[in-house]
Amino acid sequence: MRRAGPLKLCLIGGIVMIIQFFIPHRFSKNFFDEVVHWLIVCGVPALVIGYYSIFHVHWTKIRRKREGWGYSIIIFVAVIVVALIGFIWGVGENSVFMKIYQYMTMTMQATMFSLLGFYMASAAFRSFKARTPEATLLLIVALVVMFGRVPIGESVFIKLKLPNLVEWILMYPNMAAQRGIGLGVGLGIMATSLKIMLGIERGWLGGAGK
Amino acid sequence: MSHDPWVWVAAFLTLCIFSFLYKDNPFYRFAEHLLIGATLGYALPLVWKNIVTPKIIVPLQHHEYWLLIPLCLGLLYIARLIPKYAWLSRWPMAFALGTGSGIAIPLSLQAGIFKQMQGTMLTKAMLSPSITPTVHIIGNIVMFVGVITTLIYFYFSIKHTGTVGKVARIGVWYIMLAFGATFGYTVMARVSLLIGRFQFLLHDWLGVIK
Amino acid sequence: MNLLNKFMNMDRRWIYLITAICVIIPFLIPIGLPTYTTPPARNIYEKIDNTSDGQVVLLSFDYDAAVLPELYPMTITILNHCFNRNIKVILMSLYMQGIGIAQVALEDVKREFPEKKEGIDYTLLPYVPGGALVILGIGEDIHKTFPTDYYGTLIDSLPMMREIRNFDQISLAISFSGGGVSRTWVTYANQRYGANVAAGVTAVMAAENYPYLQTKQLIGMLGGLKGAAEYENLVEKNLKLKTRKAACIGMDAQSAVHIMMIVFIVLANIAYFAGRRRKK
Repeated sequence: MRRAGPLKLCLIGGIVMIIQFFIPHRFSKNFFDEVVHWLIVCGVPALVIGYYSIFHVHWTKIRRKREGWGYSIIIFVAVIVVALIGFIWGVGENSVFMKIYQYMTMTMQATMFSLLGFYMASAAFRSFKARTPEATLLLIVALVVMFGRVPIGESVFIKLKLPNLVEWILMYPNMAAQRGIGLGVGLGIMATSLKIMLGIERGWLGGAGK
Repeated sequence: MSHDPWVWVAAFLTLCIFSFLYKDNPFYRFAEHLLIGATLGYALPLVWKNIVTPKIIVPLQHHEYWLLIPLCLGLLYIARLIPKYAWLSRWPMAFALGTGSGIAIPLSLQAGIFKQMQGTMLTKAMLSPSITPTVHIIGNIVMFVGVITTLIYFYFSIKHTGTVGKVARIGVWYIMLAFGATFGYTVMARVSLLIGRFQFLLHDWLGVIK
Repeated sequence: MNLLNKFMNMDRRWIYLITAICVIIPFLIPIGLPTYTTPPARNIYEKIDNTSDGQVVLLSFDYDAAVLPELYPMTITILNHCFNRNIKVILMSLYMQGIGIAQVALEDVKREFPEKKEGIDYTLLPYVPGGALVILGIGEDIHKTFPTDYYGTLIDSLPMMREIRNFDQISLAISFSGGGVSRTWVTYANQRYGANVAAGVTAVMAAENYPYLQTKQLIGMLGGLKGAAEYENLVEKNLKLKTRKAACIGMDAQSAVHIMMIVFIVLANIAYFAGRRRKK
């Protein structure tokens, strides 16, 4: 029951929704609408799991005074302060809550990822070598796109129609390979979905109880 | 230079994170943990005001008790946290995965496979010089060859020897070309992230650029 | 050779410093080179420009602040364009963080359009979890999926939302995303409901979206900061907007860093081949 029940629900749910897709009746449409709504409501409590796991990790760190436990306190303080501000003073336009979001959260997250710009420069310099003919092609196309997609490249080689060449590369040979990869991925998704529905892929059941 | 204290806070946090480029330090660690806390704190009031209240509390106040079914099903996710009852969380997962797969399969087939295959087929118009410019006719042929050869490269059920091997080899060249284009664009993306942060420092904070 | 070897083994922090200088100098000494407009960017512009007064465009902020510098300028410019053309706008996000960004964008653009009113000219929808399910929910009944707007007002009571039930009343849906969310919009909004879908994506994702442009499943695309710069130019040329062209201003720095990286890659390869020849 602990495994068989959910597997049956998964199979029936999948088959019903596939059949529903081919029935253009109002009843079928309303049913679909209801299932979508149920799925949204059903997903809300799952958010608790996410919060629990991060709090659990950092609470354990503080309790056991592991290295860097002081930083974990910052997490708890920040959660409580920001959440309270949101609950007490609201989340509307120009609220303190939004200021914190705009000038702290957005700022820090954007900066954190902007570090990638530096790392990219360093990595490309160290590892982007024309070791094989295939790597040489990759390198040449990358350089053409890098040069042909910025104003300086476009301006210098406008007479050679570099921007058009880059667009042509993207529109045809690049698109062909992306489509080939995409078709493979699409078929893979399809196969995985069918395997889940039919109970062949059971990884999602986890190991808790038979 | 900005007179807005919030801009100064944002600038300080930006510099804290940039300091990691020199080496790991307490300022960076502080900003890193503050980001996690502020992000989690930001989500709590929004979940309550935007999801729990309109999707659960208000409908229940309007006596829409049928909502208790998906809600109770969703609450079973939390059983994951109690090892003895963790198996109960399989039920909402089964519902989400089964119906989700059932909804996704026909749509992904149509959008990701059929439409893409349809776009690959060479029609009369795509090859007609009176309708399509020569450069695009060549492009269409290049695209058709590229999709077929890329797919053959990913077809591992037959050995890549003889003619199949040669065709698959052409596929590899297409894939390398696409990866080159993606790499060129990736460089562009990472540099853009950096530009955004420097714009903030030089324009919003220091006011030295327009 | 020694110099090349030294160059190859220099501390990574020198590379960081050179990168930073290449970003900063073009800001201080701008050149302002023109930007070539790509067809996918022009397609979005024309679609919005040909949308009649009072029709609705949906903007979905499907990204978080990690890709903010790339996507924010294009969202601002498109929002500007829509308000300038008196097009009604629905703002939403499939990401919780995206709602905050939509709100900030709205505040920014409303400084130029103070007359635009919530519920009449635009509606900010709250975050609802579910990703693709939310798109399906809009396709079935937007009022059921979003009973209230972001501020808690009943959606039925908002004048602009009374006539809007699903994608049939939405001229164009644009998803701004840093991942593959624009393809989710293609699969669910375009395929199931026939909605017109366009994408504003990070440059990383741009090359991957070309198959969908060819099949017209995406009617147009803006790729990264460069795409935003193209759109800024199109809007400025035709509507004379007086906004700060953040993307265009950044293009000089983009050129400088690209040149720097090309030079670095070429030098690194020369050093690599020279080293290989010496070994032989």
